[in-house]
Amino acid sequence: MFNRGAIINVRNVGHRAIDSVLRLGYAARFFALTLAHSGTSFRRPRLIVRELYFTGVLSMIIILVSGLFVGMVLGFQGYQTLKTYGSESALGILVALSLVRELGPVVSALLFASRAGSAMTAEIGLMKATEQLSAMEMMAVDPIARVVAPRFWAGVISMPLLAAMFSAMGVYGGYLIGVVVIGVDEGSFWAQMQSAVDFREDIVNGVIKSIVFGIAVTWIALFEGYDAPPTAEGVSGATTRTVVTSSLAILGLDFILTALMFRGI
Amino acid sequence: MERSTLDLWVGLFVVAGLGALTILALKVGNMGSFGGAATYQLSASFTNIGGLKPRAAVKSSGVVVGRVDSIAFDNDKFMAKVIMNIETRYKFPKDSSASVLTAGLLGEQYIGIEGGAEDAMLANGDALKLTQSAVVLEKLIGQFMFDKAAEGGSPK
Amino acid sequence: MAADNLVEISGVSYAYDKRHPVLTGIDMVIPRGQVVAIMGISGSGKTTLLRLIAGWFKPTRGSVRVNGQLIHELDHEGLYRMRRRMGMLFQFGALFTDLSVFDNVAFQIREHTDLPEAMIRDIVMMKLQAVGLRGAHALMPSELSGGMARRVALARATALDPMLIMYDEPFTGLDPISLGVIRNLVKKLNDALGSTSIVVTHDVQEALDIVDYVYYLSEGVMVAHGTPEQMRASKDPLVHQFVWGEADGPVAFQYPSRNFSEELGLV
Repeated sequence: MFNRGAIINVRNVGHRAIDSVLRLGYAARFFALTLAHSGTSFRRPRLIVRELYFTGVLSMIIILVSGLFVGMVLGFQGYQTLKTYGSESALGILVALSLVRELGPVVSALLFASRAGSAMTAEIGLMKATEQLSAMEMMAVDPIARVVAPRFWAGVISMPLLAAMFSAMGVYGGYLIGVVVIGVDEGSFWAQMQSAVDFREDIVNGVIKSIVFGIAVTWIALFEGYDAPPTAEGVSGATTRTVVTSSLAILGLDFILTALMFRGI
Repeated sequence: MERSTLDLWVGLFVVAGLGALTILALKVGNMGSFGGAATYQLSASFTNIGGLKPRAAVKSSGVVVGRVDSIAFDNDKFMAKVIMNIETRYKFPKDSSASVLTAGLLGEQYIGIEGGAEDAMLANGDALKLTQSAVVLEKLIGQFMFDKAAEGGSPK
Repeated sequence: MAADNLVEISGVSYAYDKRHPVLTGIDMVIPRGQVVAIMGISGSGKTTLLRLIAGWFKPTRGSVRVNGQLIHELDHEGLYRMRRRMGMLFQFGALFTDLSVFDNVAFQIREHTDLPEAMIRDIVMMKLQAVGLRGAHALMPSELSGGMARRVALARATALDPMLIMYDEPFTGLDPISLGVIRNLVKKLNDALGSTSIVVTHDVQEALDIVDYVYYLSEGVMVAHGTPEQMRASKDPLVHQFVWGEADGPVAFQYPSRNFSEELGLV
């Protein structure tokens, strides 16, 4: 029963498991190093500002457009469902709560991971492959302080701002479809929304979620780039891994955070 | 890219983000109300609070006058004791009544206070004596079926 | 005598893991002010030796002394201080792609000194003049040819007048004119800055023309060393095959394989 093939397979699985644990440890150490070397980023805010442009500003278009579409779809679908209970006036609540609590932080984080995260991985992977990081080390400049940390903080700062923009555009999209196109009563749309969406419970929790997602996505993107094999296939593999791992992390963290935050409601 | 152009775009980005947050907080959320008005506490006991939750609204004549602070089970009287934070500017007479009402058909439950006729007002820590519990759907159906059965049985 | 050697390597061995030794028992000295070549075929361990000198790895055995200090025993601060006095030219330049030529050369100066911008500008222009690219200071690395990129990288590496300049395969993939340019620059800069240079290469003819001494590595072991004339005249079959580019010799032409007649089924 335990022929040679089976034993080899089991050994491979064991190897891969141990490798994954080792890699996770390396990733944790990388995270600690990034935080430890963040002093340079704060002493020279120009570095963060530059990265904010590439992660935040260049992601704005996709976030705003997606937010608008998601909000419009919510308006449509929400209206169809609420109509069967005669509760069309609750459309505002439906759109706003879905966006602020869940869709805003989660979808914008997924989009951020695909756009800005993969770009960061590719950039750093390429710098590693063309020996730019080694050259920096040879010139006695720590690449983690100079290249990695500013990008990390730029990502963490961008994420909640982008999520807020997504949610705001989404609410507007829901309003466009619900009130302007379909004809739900404008007054009850906004009034019911305002009475149901609580600042502390919903909006602040949404912001906390997007900050957590920002940390996770940026960390994964930077680590995959930094650890990528210095070849073309290595970098492209790392970029793919960033998007996949980030997406799984976002959805997993979302579940945990939602369970923690919205327990009583 | 020129430094100044970069700064401009990043500045716009941050402003847009914070602006979106502000819009969400003010227009979408209800941060406008209850920034920190002073409150005093009143309590009321109900046989059944239904689906009432902490932070539910306390309304009088349909206007929000306070929030439910906490709900506890009174093991001596076998009733639910609800503590409410009422805004200081609203005073209610000692014979006011509190009921657990539902907002709309699928809506959440809230407490409605109807003002009484006495001159003396409730003070901090007082309890409302007159209460009406929530309408429980099962009891309503049970009552309906009982009435129907009685109706069907009597003409015979 | 020891004070005349900028780099002293004694009994150094290095291995990634127990089964794959990269270097075994290396002894080398690099006297101050000289240009020394470390040569060998691909995979002989010469780049690893360069990195050991730069403090990238710790040798598994032996010691590496740079300017009197054991470089692998320095802490992070000490290592960085030592590296500020070294310059390394990477194989393809390794210029920072998001910075212009000017900003690339100015990088080290800006990071490690507080000099005013006017002075930095003068220094950068002087460095670019030395490598013949002062007019290209506003270009981006993507707009440079291979040879030009390498020259800019050289200007960048020597921006702070290092005491030790290391070259990792500087001649690879260049056209004859660029080759000549780089070759001249290696010698000229070394003498002008009063530095010491180590050139890792397998371009025999280019290197033998400019260096003062040669160390030849084969499979991680130092098999020969001497002046360029000694290397050219060497009767050692390994050295002879390398210097004169013979197709077959101690380093066999055929990859280890079965007997050819057996393979074709003739036996």
